[in-house]
Amino acid sequence: MADETALRADLRERVADLLAAHPPATTPRSEFLHARYDAGLAWVSYPEGHGGLGLPGALQSEVDELLTAAGAPDNNPRGNGIGLGMAAPTILAFGTEEQKQRFLRPLWTGEEVWCQLFSEPGAGSDLANLGTRAVRDGDEWVVNGQKVWTSVAHIADFAILVARTDPGTVKHAGITYFLCDMSDPGIEVRPLRQITGEAEFNEVFLTDVRIPDANRLGAEGQGWRVATATLNQERVSIGGRAAPRESGLIGLVAQEWRDRPQSRTPELHDRLLRLWVDAEVARLTGLRLRQKLASGRPGPEGAAMKVTFARINQELSGLELELLGEDGLRYSDWTLVRPTEVDMTGRDAGYRYLRAKGNSIEGGTSEILRNIVAERVLGLPPEPRVDKDVPWKELQK
Amino acid sequence: MTTTESAELDLLYTDVEDDLRASVRDVLLDRCAPAAVTAMYDGDDAVVAPLWRVLATELGLAGLLVPEAAGGAGASAREAAVVLEELGRAVAPVPFLTSAVVATTVLLDSGAELLTSLAAGERIAALTVPLSTGPASPLPALTIDADGRITGTVTSVAGAIEADVLLVPVAGAVHAVAVDAAQVTPVVSLDMSRRLADVTFDGAPSELVVGDGEAAVRRGLAVGAALLASEQVGVARWCLEETVSYLKVRRQFGRVLGGFQALKHRLADLAIAVDSGGAAARYAAVALAEGTDVAVSTAVAQAYCSDLAVTAAEEAVQLHGGIGMTWEHPAHLYLKRAKADQIAFGTAGAYRAQLAELVGLPG
Repeated sequence: MADETALRADLRERVADLLAAHPPATTPRSEFLHARYDAGLAWVSYPEGHGGLGLPGALQSEVDELLTAAGAPDNNPRGNGIGLGMAAPTILAFGTEEQKQRFLRPLWTGEEVWCQLFSEPGAGSDLANLGTRAVRDGDEWVVNGQKVWTSVAHIADFAILVARTDPGTVKHAGITYFLCDMSDPGIEVRPLRQITGEAEFNEVFLTDVRIPDANRLGAEGQGWRVATATLNQERVSIGGRAAPRESGLIGLVAQEWRDRPQSRTPELHDRLLRLWVDAEVARLTGLRLRQKLASGRPGPEGAAMKVTFARINQELSGLELELLGEDGLRYSDWTLVRPTEVDMTGRDAGYRYLRAKGNSIEGGTSEILRNIVAERVLGLPPEPRVDKDVPWKELQK
Repeated sequence: MTTTESAELDLLYTDVEDDLRASVRDVLLDRCAPAAVTAMYDGDDAVVAPLWRVLATELGLAGLLVPEAAGGAGASAREAAVVLEELGRAVAPVPFLTSAVVATTVLLDSGAELLTSLAAGERIAALTVPLSTGPASPLPALTIDADGRITGTVTSVAGAIEADVLLVPVAGAVHAVAVDAAQVTPVVSLDMSRRLADVTFDGAPSELVVGDGEAAVRRGLAVGAALLASEQVGVARWCLEETVSYLKVRRQFGRVLGGFQALKHRLADLAIAVDSGGAAARYAAVALAEGTDVAVSTAVAQAYCSDLAVTAAEEAVQLHGGIGMTWEHPAHLYLKRAKADQIAFGTAGAYRAQLAELVGLPG
């Protein structure tokens, strides 16, 4: 690989060229984003011709910073988290050239928002047990089933979808991965109300949804492998920069402690200090993990970090309500709203307490993650898998 | 509020550090068998002197933190932390922490000749304070007369038995006392692999070695506390790894125990904690080496790793079942070291209290 200093100098020049040719102040947002994509500065680790330059991903943050400093519009990455974080890398890894050409550009610019049709009422931790059926019909697939926990489904243009194409084989082998157009008339999206009162997620009902075979990602029956690649992205995308001390929830609770001397008790103080230490140690563990990944020594700590963060968030948000005392008895709003992203620090303490309960369930329950740590990090025996050698259709539902 | 921190300190081990670790581990494998450490509880400390000779002089660990100009290796807290991880892993009964870290740090700016002989491994020193003394604790009350004769008793001193010179904080200064001039009475200790002694001075002649002694003593204790976290991580790692290995082979009910989910989850939680402690201890050592964010990083590392080592050792004993309760199995060596380390240089609770002040979270 070329010298990093030279690479960075070259990148800075490309950024300068882009800005000169398309001054952000006078260029329409969409036009600028497309020009950035054409310049390979969208995601530099992607191949040339697909918005990138085939460079190490670590160089991206410099590009982003330079463009932000120049007042350039961004692609609103928070508005398409599943698309950018999960769909795009999977399409890049498993897609045909046509699929990459068709989907990556509008995904990156945010013109097409993506959601994820994976979980089902009967397939949570055991995702491979999914029962949504896809049946071949000429050049198309006809899909019937129900998906759940689908954030942004109500505004999404496309979905990554896993469905069962062969019920006669074992559960992992009968799955195929599709790119599904959410405007299909067979798709019905209903809000899924949570314990917070809001509906951050949806249920998605698929009735005779038709997907062209050209939108199959990977081979028929290879869907589990493709889906695993998608899910692995979930843990790789831990953000590019080290968070400063007292970031996030601990900073908020610490500030409340400072602001409310009248609420302090020795017992709350002890719990707060323990959690402060835990949060700081988790921050350092994350910092070290990021350094390991950057130096090509990936550790298996991703699952471990998530277990830790879930516990700290839950304990901190519980402590916060107690610290608030009488104020902790009030709640901001039980109205059913449909947010498109989670805002743990923007709402009230009661909301945080309730929402944090999901932290140990979503994206792998803490129990499953402990299995992963025990089996893949410590090398302990796997859980017994009674369904491993049984055709899916014969499993007890 | 002193929450200054450098977000991008390098927390990974360098190749040099990996080599150092391998050398130390090799020596310990050869010369520090668990049975030899266990024998110390029955009064046989034959393992100590030859082991320390190799570590101190052949590997040069006695002078690791001493500048090259004074005959040392000129290394930093990063390397010392790696050594302590390995010493903890073997519950090694050597005076590295007491002499090569704490006493050496006390002497670092003194220009004393003693530093050079410590670096060469010719002499061993111990700071005469109770092992439980933290960087902010009161120091022992001793008296010194106009002729430099010291009187008084300090209890529960670590490293005094191995030492030939005692560094005595008295009247705001640090004085050196030859061990023959003091009465060093070994005590039956919870952790016999770091055996304590009560030290009595009865008009013992001394030599002034550090004039601004209190600051030097507190610095020595602070460095000791920061690096003790790495020893605690070493103890915890051994406990985790040994328990995992055992549960992979121990069978009951026709299955290996490590396949039972109740045990897998306990081990997973322990693995997560040990890994976290590793990051905290590493950060404290690196912060010390770089001279940045030292107070907070040390308090965080001690608040976390003190309890971590105890948890790991307690889990090791429990998850080993009956064999873990026997004298023959080494798990108890780690339990005793972990529990003593928890009290050494100040408890986790004391460091949390310190953090409350450092980061502005008053009670």
